[in-house]
Amino acid sequence: MSVTQEMPEQPADERIHNFEEVALGYTEEQAILEAERCLECKKPKCVEGCPVNIDIPGFVSKMKEGNFEEAIGVIKKTNTLPAVCGRVCPQEEQCEKLCILGKKSEPISIGRLERFCADRERESGVKDPVVAEPTGKKVAIVGTGPAGLTAASDLAKAGYSVTMFEALHEAGGVLIYGIPEFRLPKAIVKEEVGYIMKLGAELKVDYVIGRIKTLDQLEDEFDAVFLGTGAGLPKFMGIEGENLNGVYSANEFLTRVNLMKAYRFPEFDTPIKCGSHVIVVGGGNVAMDAARSALRLGADEVSIVYRRSDEELPARREEIEHAKEEGIVFRLLNNPVRILEGENMSINGVECIKMELGEPDESGRRRPVPVEGSEHVIDADIVIIAIGTSPNPIIFDGSKGLEVTPWGTIVVNEAGMTSLEGVCAGGDAVTGAATVISAMGAGKLAAQTIDDHLSK
Amino acid sequence: MAYKIVEKRQLVPDVHLMNIEAPDVAAAAKAGQFIILRIDEEGERIPLTIADYDTDKGFVTIIFQEMGKTTKQLAKMAAGDELQDFVGPLGKASEIEKIGTVVLVGGGVGIAPVYPQARAYREIGNKVISIIGARNEGLLILEDEMKAVSDELLVATDDGSKGHHGFVTDLVKELLDGDEKIDRIVAIGPPIMMRAVAGVTDPYDVETIVSLNPIMVDGTGMCGGCRVNIAGETKFACVDGPEFNAKDVDFNLLMSRLSLYRKEEMDSLENYKKGCGDDCKCQ
Repeated sequence: MSVTQEMPEQPADERIHNFEEVALGYTEEQAILEAERCLECKKPKCVEGCPVNIDIPGFVSKMKEGNFEEAIGVIKKTNTLPAVCGRVCPQEEQCEKLCILGKKSEPISIGRLERFCADRERESGVKDPVVAEPTGKKVAIVGTGPAGLTAASDLAKAGYSVTMFEALHEAGGVLIYGIPEFRLPKAIVKEEVGYIMKLGAELKVDYVIGRIKTLDQLEDEFDAVFLGTGAGLPKFMGIEGENLNGVYSANEFLTRVNLMKAYRFPEFDTPIKCGSHVIVVGGGNVAMDAARSALRLGADEVSIVYRRSDEELPARREEIEHAKEEGIVFRLLNNPVRILEGENMSINGVECIKMELGEPDESGRRRPVPVEGSEHVIDADIVIIAIGTSPNPIIFDGSKGLEVTPWGTIVVNEAGMTSLEGVCAGGDAVTGAATVISAMGAGKLAAQTIDDHLSK
Repeated sequence: MAYKIVEKRQLVPDVHLMNIEAPDVAAAAKAGQFIILRIDEEGERIPLTIADYDTDKGFVTIIFQEMGKTTKQLAKMAAGDELQDFVGPLGKASEIEKIGTVVLVGGGVGIAPVYPQARAYREIGNKVISIIGARNEGLLILEDEMKAVSDELLVATDDGSKGHHGFVTDLVKELLDGDEKIDRIVAIGPPIMMRAVAGVTDPYDVETIVSLNPIMVDGTGMCGGCRVNIAGETKFACVDGPEFNAKDVDFNLLMSRLSLYRKEEMDSLENYKKGCGDDCKCQ
């Protein structure tokens, strides 16, 4: 049984000093070797595992022939952001998990192949896309993260006049403000957004729906609306000391680093405190991103504090491994109880309590239970809270009739339509914080629903 | 996007007024709200409370004081230049209703955001008493404008060069001790002034509102950098405020958090001055 081609990477001791991409991508030779491992199953399981149903054997077979131009064509039929997905999708939980080769050996590295095709196309110049005849109908897209970009792309291709509204000064949502440069170079996101604008979509940045215009007004001005406003509101733990100087939400820390380029201060004006001992609370991809960013900013020691064990860490294995290679300390089965105050409201360590795993909870994971009397102090001068986000309610200001759950997520039917006719929603705004690709899947579904609705 | 500066003038040394062409923002703006601007690609996002807006002409007025690198750089820009970003209106609008007699207190550049509120309170039939203050007469802004929208205008300067010799809080206390029933006080200025006003009004049963301007990045509730402690609860000034009841505000926390990047701010300014040359007016 063949094994997968390993992806070349920047060595850990080098990459912790820069923000350049960690994974370097396959060479052409590697890409073809890896593609040749594909059995091209008649009933490909991998496609079922893909939230946007890319014809995986279809594009891989083109790669075997070295025909990368046609390969990317196959991918782009259903996926607008291949260079992004090839990098940040949790393939091991989706397409690759179902690969038949994985039963006896290792699955095909579908994500790496997708990335290769997208990068090759970008290097050789992206062809202008084909767009359908204008339908004469207008669709507003609120939010330009993965869900919004996907919906915008599909609707623009189908001939709709699409306007994208973005509250920040750059399109891309979490791809721009959240995921660091070393995992997803921003130039790639810019190019993918550029492609969608080539399809004819208009982009209005600095435009806050709920403030400049309400959803009600958008409904009047457009034939349909898609809400892809994400889950942008950071959660805090509610413990003592959380407002001390040097406590960041992961959102703020990462936005300063990624969107505002604080790692290039003072060339860029936005500052950031990197500290010498950084504690990141949480165990997801965002926590890994924050921890690895803090390390690159020059912290002496960066720890992940997570209340469950290694097995339950919600981050992708690849991200956890990368973080470990880079020297991030994992303080598992630990939970912060309070942040200790130092001089001038700064941080002087974090008091944590040891945890043990009890019976499984509703999520099926074993519930962490505090071990009485196990309180101890961990050295820290910067604390980053990465325990999740919830949808941002700003969009609902001044809008009537949009049904939301008690948790603030938007209620939609199986087709992605909200309680308002002609208004669809998808992505983290509906599900709460999830993955880039599931948001893209939801954007795709909503685009189809809007097309059906407007073609009636 | 680019947002043109249509007018720029210096009001007093180091304090400037700019009218920015931003029709969408102007059309939606209300007193009490703020904007975030970014000068260029390398720029930081800074929040400024809206000083005025003209829906017909499509521009928004901002008034700012030269402090750090960004405001120094902004001060050097002229009519015709463009800002890279100008986002707003952000935050909740002031709740301006007819309640009787309202005292509006503005300190330093804080007079700027007080002005549209004074006008709005007066327009709907409130009696407006305004108290404005500065270190000295030469630093006092918008005196004529404030006079035009107030039933009564009181001035305080720290050095006594104009009006009352002392702080705005002295005048607030005099009013509270006087015969006239005061229904609401709105105070906007440096945190230390707002804290002092909150201290003065606390023993009296008069609603006192302040507008907070902590450090923020996005201004839409996303970063949480602007957390403030309001009656023991954490709030985001950008979406829950910027206005809060003065008696609920933890001003010490606010001031401490505002000083978080003091060192970086100094470094950034030094670095900027180095690049400017000695004959530049930012020196």
